[in-house]
Formats: sequence, structure tokens, C-alpha cells
Amino acid sequence: MTLAPVFLGSLARRRTATLFSFVAILLGVALGMAVQAVNQAALSEFGRGMRTMAGAADLQVVGPRGGFDEGLYATLAARSEVAQASPVLEMRTERIGSADGLRILGIDLFAAGPVTPALLPRPAEIQDGSDRDTRLAALAEDSLFLSMAAREALQVDPGDRIQVHAEDRTLTLRVAGDLPGAPDDPRLAVMDIAAVQKHFSRIGRLTRIDLRLAGGQDAQTARAALEPLLPAGLMLEVPEAAVDQAANLSRAYRVNLTMLAAIALVTGGFLVFSAQALSVVRRHTELAFLRAIGLARRQLFLWLLAEGALVGLLGGLAGVALGHGIALGLLTLLGGDLGAGFFSGLSPTLRFSPWASAAYVLLGIGAGVAGAWLPAREAAAVAPARALKSGDDSALSGGRGVPMLSLAMLTASLPACFIPPIQGLPLGGYLAIACLLAGAVMLLPTLASMLARTLPLRGPVPARLAAARLAAAPGQSVIAATGVLASVALVAAMAIMVGSFRDSVDVWLGQILPADLYLRAGRAQSAGSLDEALQARLGKIPGVARVQFTAFESLRLEPGRAPVELLARPVSPDGDGLPLVGSARPAAKGETQIWISEAMRDLYGWRPGERVLIPLAGDEVAVQVAGVWRDYARQGGAIMMDLADYRRLTGDASVQTAAIWLAPGADGIRVGEALKSTSDSGALEVAFPGEIRERSLTIFDRTFVVTYVLEAAAVVIGLAGVAASFAALTAARRREFGMLRHLGLTRRQIGAMLALEGTLAAGVGVLGGLAAGGAISLILIEVVNRQSFHWSMDLHLPWASLLWFAGLLVALAGLAAILAGRQAMREDALLAVREDW
Amino acid sequence: MHRRTCLLALAGLPLTRLLAADEPAAESTAREVVFAPVLPGRTLVFPDDEGAHPEFRTEWWYVTGWLDLPDGRPLGFQVTFFRVRTGIGEDNPSAFAPRQLILAHAAIADPELGRLRHDQRAARSGFGRAGFSTGRAGVWLGDWSFEQIGDGYRARVDAEDFGYDLAFLPDGPPLLNGQEGFSLKAPGRDNASYYYSRPQLTVEGRLTLDGHRQSVAGRAWMDHEWSSAYIPEGADGWDWVGLNLDDGGAIMAFRMRRTDGGKLWASATLRSPDGSAEHLSLEAVEFEPLRSWKSPRTGIEYPVEWRLSLGTRRFTLRPLMDDQELESRRSTGTIYWEGAMRLLENGREIGRGYLEMTGYGERIQVG
Repeated sequence: MTLAPVFLGSLARRRTATLFSFVAILLGVALGMAVQAVNQAALSEFGRGMRTMAGAADLQVVGPRGGFDEGLYATLAARSEVAQASPVLEMRTERIGSADGLRILGIDLFAAGPVTPALLPRPAEIQDGSDRDTRLAALAEDSLFLSMAAREALQVDPGDRIQVHAEDRTLTLRVAGDLPGAPDDPRLAVMDIAAVQKHFSRIGRLTRIDLRLAGGQDAQTARAALEPLLPAGLMLEVPEAAVDQAANLSRAYRVNLTMLAAIALVTGGFLVFSAQALSVVRRHTELAFLRAIGLARRQLFLWLLAEGALVGLLGGLAGVALGHGIALGLLTLLGGDLGAGFFSGLSPTLRFSPWASAAYVLLGIGAGVAGAWLPAREAAAVAPARALKSGDDSALSGGRGVPMLSLAMLTASLPACFIPPIQGLPLGGYLAIACLLAGAVMLLPTLASMLARTLPLRGPVPARLAAARLAAAPGQSVIAATGVLASVALVAAMAIMVGSFRDSVDVWLGQILPADLYLRAGRAQSAGSLDEALQARLGKIPGVARVQFTAFESLRLEPGRAPVELLARPVSPDGDGLPLVGSARPAAKGETQIWISEAMRDLYGWRPGERVLIPLAGDEVAVQVAGVWRDYARQGGAIMMDLADYRRLTGDASVQTAAIWLAPGADGIRVGEALKSTSDSGALEVAFPGEIRERSLTIFDRTFVVTYVLEAAAVVIGLAGVAASFAALTAARRREFGMLRHLGLTRRQIGAMLALEGTLAAGVGVLGGLAAGGAISLILIEVVNRQSFHWSMDLHLPWASLLWFAGLLVALAGLAAILAGRQAMREDALLAVREDW
Repeated sequence: MHRRTCLLALAGLPLTRLLAADEPAAESTAREVVFAPVLPGRTLVFPDDEGAHPEFRTEWWYVTGWLDLPDGRPLGFQVTFFRVRTGIGEDNPSAFAPRQLILAHAAIADPELGRLRHDQRAARSGFGRAGFSTGRAGVWLGDWSFEQIGDGYRARVDAEDFGYDLAFLPDGPPLLNGQEGFSLKAPGRDNASYYYSRPQLTVEGRLTLDGHRQSVAGRAWMDHEWSSAYIPEGADGWDWVGLNLDDGGAIMAFRMRRTDGGKLWASATLRSPDGSAEHLSLEAVEFEPLRSWKSPRTGIEYPVEWRLSLGTRRFTLRPLMDDQELESRRSTGTIYWEGAMRLLENGREIGRGYLEMTGYGERIQVG
């Protein structure tokens, strides 16, 4: 312990380098911790909500969003396996004139009591002068019961009236009380099931049945007995399945974010490495002396590791704290879904998890130790006598480069791209990225010398000196360059990927929204619909040239999988107008054909030309897959079919949205007003594609906020790396500068030489980083995105911004090198030279 | 009787408060709903009037009685089915429309246990889950049921820790209470019901206690009553008895208690062994508490021994056991006392039956 001041104290003596290492590890740990904490909070909140909803239910019957026939309730309730069946009709709707979403559960409170007691309403005593019978308030047709959180969100009190969308109408409900068992969900509301069926025109429909099994019944046995009773498209699931589905759906997104954080952490490790490597060189006399007076080789090694570990520990501890701070901010700003929409509407609370936090602190320490490993090993390997005798800086080995190994790593990344996803995670893609990055870093010294050798040995002395140094002894500069490479690779990869994605989404929005106006009944996908009479009225409005309707439904195709969206709208037989991927294989005449999204192809293995069964209106329907279209909106998969086919197969004539083409010369705003006035005031909403596009891209950008933060962090880390490396480097080369000054070079010339060295090193790093980043972006687009989210995109290179960024980084690196070298140059030349003789 | 209705009619609803439903519910949806009025002069027709009368607000079939176990031990039992017309959803095409609710309540008074076993259920009628028949007695909720079988009835109950399947055979025609079945509940004409009783029912069947099934026999009493406006204003609770006399006679008596504990209304029907009935009105019926018992669960004091005066006759009522309090605050918030009683005259037991007492708690949910 007596040696602690010698080693750990040295960290304090080189404050800048230590600070940069610390900051890099802190950022890596903080980002990883934040992603983990936010997601954990969201998932546990989601799970808690699910458990409240599911109550004591052992099994749940789930099906399409449009629901199923209520006759199944009578069938299941009469079964001996079932102790109690509780029918539920769920409607999503919004308050008129606001974005306040409501999830109205229509329940039979007599049946729900033993199954989902948390959903039981508590009528409030309302002194509003009416003679309403409080006893029957829970059954009254206009009674709405809100969770406390929803009452707060909507700012209503018992007795108040609120208006919500129901079909294309306005429905006025009276807040009759609250839900004492489920106070936290800000969108939860409960009504009597009969009232919901009536008001939302869902007579005879249910969306869910919660089952409590009779005592002694095993869920598996009961499931096997009850499953044959279900019509096509309905599934029996254990309530926890929904939590798993949500976790699965968000997992890929989460893992991708965590990977980005890991890259920040690795960059932090690099910084520790460069700082330690140079610090060891600077202290070589001191270390040799310690060895000479009896410090064992192993002790020295461990002490040097401890230096890295201490930086890692501090960075990890601060990172965990900062991570929780960031998580709190993200939860407050974006809610629990990190902007990706998986958990919208939840208001999770952040919880401190000691295990996860400890793991992230350990990761920080790991990065520190890993960074300190090589320099420590080299320092320990030096023979003390020789090191003591001459202060030569040959110990500044740096990498000579291992061209063979690095080429092998680069090559290995290629086959890794072909590894199929493992449990829905693109592990092969990550492996390929790791190989690529490691290979590029290892190849950097070779690349640097090759590059330097091609430089013309002409021009002013400083330039020739700088070029010669890079060609002959790339080691030191390369250490700085690796940091630059890693951060440039990250930024370039993300920029190209996000740019391509955004561009593709933009193009896709144009294809998917070809009309001039869009009309829908509220934002609700299940509660708002346009009935036939209204559909007929729309076409007759002056200024409307053409109307096209779309019906939305969600289908359950496989147990344990999230529902698949079904879109029914007029589709031409050859799929014209759809954002098709690959060529279409239209079915023969008389066959019903569907168009599947890329996610369907990946998740369900359907291929164009294949005949598949889909459950529609309680029956299995044979359809043929005619083609694959690109869909960025529904990660769980989407099916498109012709509206006429859908109506023929389901008998359901209602639709959710209308796309409207204007007659030539018609004023969109005026037609929009006319469209709105075709129904109950306020219930219909008109949107212009421009608005939708803007809104979609805003959501898109919000989703990638986290990655922008990471990119910024990477740039800072890269520059910090240059500054730290050159600070240490110039300090170690004081003798060299002294010699140069003896030989007649001016300070200015030495400064120019340093600036050039910095620029060259950074330039090499930037070039390598751009190449690696480009390759990584391809892996992100073609492997990681395809495997995680099942969507393809067109490559779009943001040349201009990449060049700007690269030039700026090189210039900043030169500046950092000068600033770092200034201190060393200020010393007296004679003194510097004499020191070693 | 108005009695259990107020308590139980909404037993399945998670209520904070039970109101006396003497005023028509004034829901917007109920405004057009007209409940059939109870008017004097209607002649009850059997077996038609044994069935449900869905146009009235509330109705119940209520069986109480004593059973003998094979080893000779006595038990009390009761089962009640309520039908409630809510006035809600009358024009709603939904099959879930809560126009008619069915509620059921069953209990066993077992001196060996020292307190009641009880269970209750509620459902809206429909979907094969609950319903009632017209034209003859028949009401059911899941696998609980009460129905007319030939000249008699059958009740089936399957609860958590008890169950029974009992057949009841009457000894004569229905006993009409009040004026030929028109039973007033208060001064004036506004609060009344149609009300008949079937005393002296011979019981045979099987009883399951804690999974142990055994044959039982005994005597019971069935009340069938329907009304649209039953609890008079100013009533705080009530006391009711239905008693089978060993000589073949029967006694039904009730009184409505005022908030100050005084008598708001009272009425009684006495049947002689030969089947002739005598009606006693307000002045001739007196309930006088003799001994109280305090519930350790709720702290409520109930008079569990009574002196009952009917005209010139003086009876004493003694409970099978003191603790026959029905406490279900956690689920429904209802608390009352309903138990098996022995009837004594001149110190000699002359009959057995049931007593119900409500409104002894914190102004029990009335008004």
C-alpha cells in the first residue's frame, strides 16, 4: 500500500490524460446504464400494468383487434375447466379535440370480480342535484370510471362530462368514479360491457375473455381441452405472454442501443490504453528504479493495472450515477420507450437496481484494466538495468502492426454477416462489426507507414520530419489515430445508416401516402370508423375527385407472437403503387392475393407465390402471397389485401380511413372543412400528407436522438484521444525537441511539425475510420437492421456532411497537437537535451 | 318482504352505500322506464304467479328452514334468489344489457361451527349464466338454482365450503299475506308488494359440509314477493320472522323500524292448522327485545331474543346460536343478522323458523 502514492498518485499528476480516460469510460457506462435502466423501468411498468389487467386470470383468449363473436363466452363459461370467465371489450379512443388517449375496457363487473378485481369500478358520491342511483352507477350506459392517473391526465372530477370519439360520432360520458385497484395507468377507463357494445357499435363482439380455471386444473391440460373450441384466429395465452411479446419487440432496439454504448466504452478503453502507454514511457526511469530496489515484476504489473482499474472504477461509479440521471431525463422527456414507441403511454418510474449498477461499474473497471494491460505488461518486461542506464525512448514501441492477423480479422467479418439471427438478435452482425473494427485498428500502423512512404520527401523541414516520423516510427501517433478511427467509424456508420434510413422512410412515406387528403375518425385505430352511409357521402362532396378507403384489423397468426396488422385497401392486381421489394408474383384469377411486409417474410417465412391460411372473421381463409412490400411502421408484420376481397371475406363494410384525391383546381383546405362537416362536429379529422410526413419524420428523428447523443460523445472522445496522446507524446519527446532546437529549428517549426504530425495521424485515423465506418454501415443496414427490425433500406451516403466532419476533425486534431506540444516546447532546449546525459 | 332486497338486491355490486330504493331511479336511461305498480285488488293466480314478474323492479324467492342431520343435530339454512330490474339498457340491443340482474345468497347456521357459512353470487341474466322463468318458479345463477318441480320446489347450491340439493313439498295452498297478497309496508299506498308464503314445507335432500355429504330432512318456509317500491321513507331497518308451528300452523310477522327505533309499520299473518288465515295489522303486532348479543367482528349489537306479541298471544323467540351475523363488508359492504330461531309459548317450544334483522349497524345503508 505504501506504493499507492507512487502509482495511483501518478494519475493525479497527469490530470488531463486521466480526465479524458475517465470521461470516456464515464460516457460509455452512463449510456449503457441509461438504456438499461429506462428499458427495465418500462418493462417492469408494462408488466405491472399487465398483471393488474390480468388479475387472477390463468388464461386469456385473445384475437384480432376487431374482436370476435361473443358466443364463445357462453361456451367457455359453461365448461367445467373454467371457474369464471370474464368477457372484455376493449376500445381505444381519444378525447375529442385533444390527444388524450383512452383505453376503455368494457367489462361485466359481476364476472370480472373473481378474475380481475383490480378493474372493478368504485362509484363516487356525486352531489350534482340529480337523483341518480349510486348503486347502479357502475351499470349505467353513460358511466365512465377512470383510474386516478387518467383522472389527473384528463383533469376531470366525478360528475364531469367528457367527450370521446366513438365511430364517427361524439360520445358524451359522465365520470362516475374511479378504479381503486388500478390507479396508475393514465389511459385506463372502465365501462359496462353492454354500454361499450352499444356506443361503439360492437354489438355481439368481444376482444378478450379472461379465464380463471377451476381448482386443481392445470393450465396446460385446460388449454388443450379449450383450444379446439376457439374459432380460427383466436388464441389462448397465459397473461404473462404479452409482457414477453413486448420485451421481445423492444429487445432488438434495446440491444442495438446497448451495443452503441459498448462502442463508447471500448473507445474509453482505447483512451486508457493510450494514456497509460505514454505515461509508462514517461516514467520508465522511475519504474526501472522501483524494480531495481526490489519491486517484483508481478507487483509492478499489478500496480500499473491498478492505475487503469482506478480510472475505470471512478468512471464506472460516476457513469452509473450519470446513467441514472440520463434515464430520469429520458423517462421524463420521452416516456419509457426511448422514443421508439414500444411502450408509449406508460409512465414508468425509475428504480435503482443494485445488480445492474454493479455490473456496469465492473464494465467500467474492465475497460480500464483492459486499456492498462498492454502497457503494464511491456513496462514490467523491461530489464531495469538497461532502462536505468539510458533514457532511450525505444520502449515507446507502439504497434508495429500485425498485417496478417488484421487482414484475417477483416476477412472474418464477411462470413460473420451470413450468420442468421440468434433469438431475433443480429449477433452475427455485431461479431462482424467487432472483427471489422479490431482488424482496422490493428491494420492502422501498417496503413500509416504505407501512407507516409507515399508522401513526397520534399518541402520544408518540419513537413519532411513529420512524414519521416510517421513512416519510420508510426507507433506513438498511431495510438492517437486509433481513437480517431474508432470514433470516426462509429459516427460514419451511424450517419450513413441513419441517413439511408431517413431517406428511405421519406421515399416510403411518399409512396404510401399518395393522396391529397386523409380523413379518419379520431386517431383511434379501433374506436374510430367510417360507416357505409358516411363513405357514400364523402364521394359526393364538391372538389373530391376520388376516394379510397382503408380498413385496419389485427390478426393473431401464432401463439406467443405479437399481432400482425392487416390493411385492406384497393390494391391493383400487380401491386402497382405499393413500395414493393423484389418482383411481384400476382396470383391466378380467382385466387385471393395478399401482399406481405418484409417482417412477415422474415418472421413467418412466407414467400411470394406461396399459399397460406389467414384467419378472417373466425374462418381460415386460403390466400396467395403475391409480393413483398416495404413497411417501416409495423415491426410485428403487416399484410395488405384488396378492400373488395376483405369485404367479401369478412362482410365488414366499415373502414377506418379515407384517402381523398382532389379534383383539379379544388382547394384542399376548403374540401377538408367540407369533409369534416359530413359528420358529428369534431369527430372527424383531416390530415394532409405533408403534415403526416412531417410528423412521421419528427418521430423518426426523436427515435434517433439517443444515437445522435452517442455520436457527439464519440467525436468528443476521439478528439480527447488526440489531445491526450499528443500531450503525453510531446512530453516524452522533450529530448528530441531539444535536439532539434540545437540543430537550429525554431519553435515555430517544431510547432508546425507537431501540427502536421497530429494532422497526419488524425488523417490516417479519419481515412481508416471512414473506410471502416462505411463497411460497418453496410453491416448495420444489410445485417443488423434486417435481422433486428426486418426492414430493408436504400443506401444513401451523406457525402457532404461526412467530408465536412472529416475535415473538421483533422483540423481540430492538428490544433490539439499544437496545444498539447506547446508546453513541451516552452522548455529550455539545452536543459531538455542535457537532462539525459 | 322488503327486507333482504335492500341489502342483497345489489349484493354483487361493489357499492359504497346501499340506498333504499323507494324512489324510482332517475337515470337518464331509466326515465322512460316505467316499473309496474303494486296495486290492491289484484288476484294472485297460481302457478303463474310463482314465476317471475320482470316488469316489476325487484322480486325474490326466499327459502329458510331447519334441517336435521342423520345424527339428530339441527342446522339452519337459507337460500335467496333476487331478480332486479335496473331500468338500464332497456333499449340496448347488446346481449349483455343489464336489464335484469340475478343475485343469490346462501347460508348454513351450524351450532357446532358457531357462526354462519355463507356465500353469494351475482350476474346479469343472459348467456346461459343466469336467468329466470315466468309462469312457474324458476331462477338460477350458474349451478345454483331454485325451481318448481311438480307440486313442490327444489333448491341447489354449491358454495366454497358447503352445498345442498333440497326438495320441498308444501302441505297446502299458498298463504297470502296482507290483503289477499297485497302487502303494505307503510302508511298510505305507496310502498307495497305482492307477497305470498309457503309455510310448512317438508324438506328432503342432501347436504355437503366441508366435502362430507349426508342426507337431511326438515321443515322450511318459502317467501315469494315482488314490488316496485318497497322501502318506506324514514325506515331505518326492519325485523321479520317466518315460523312453522309444530301443530301445523304458521306465523309471518314484520315491522319497519323508524330512525328513532320506533315502529313505523307492522303486519302479521297467522295460519291455523286447518289452513284458515288471520291478518293482524299495525296495532296488534309488537316486537320487544329481550337479550342482546354484540358481534366481535363488527361491534354491532343485535337483539337476539325477542318477545313477540300478536294480538293477545305472547311468544318468545330464541336463536339456534347467537352468532348468525352475515358480514361481507369486504365484498359487498352488507352486514345484517339472519338466523334460525326457536318459538316458545309459555316456556314450551311450539315451533321453529327464521328471524331477519337489518339496520342495527351504522344506520345500515338505508337512506
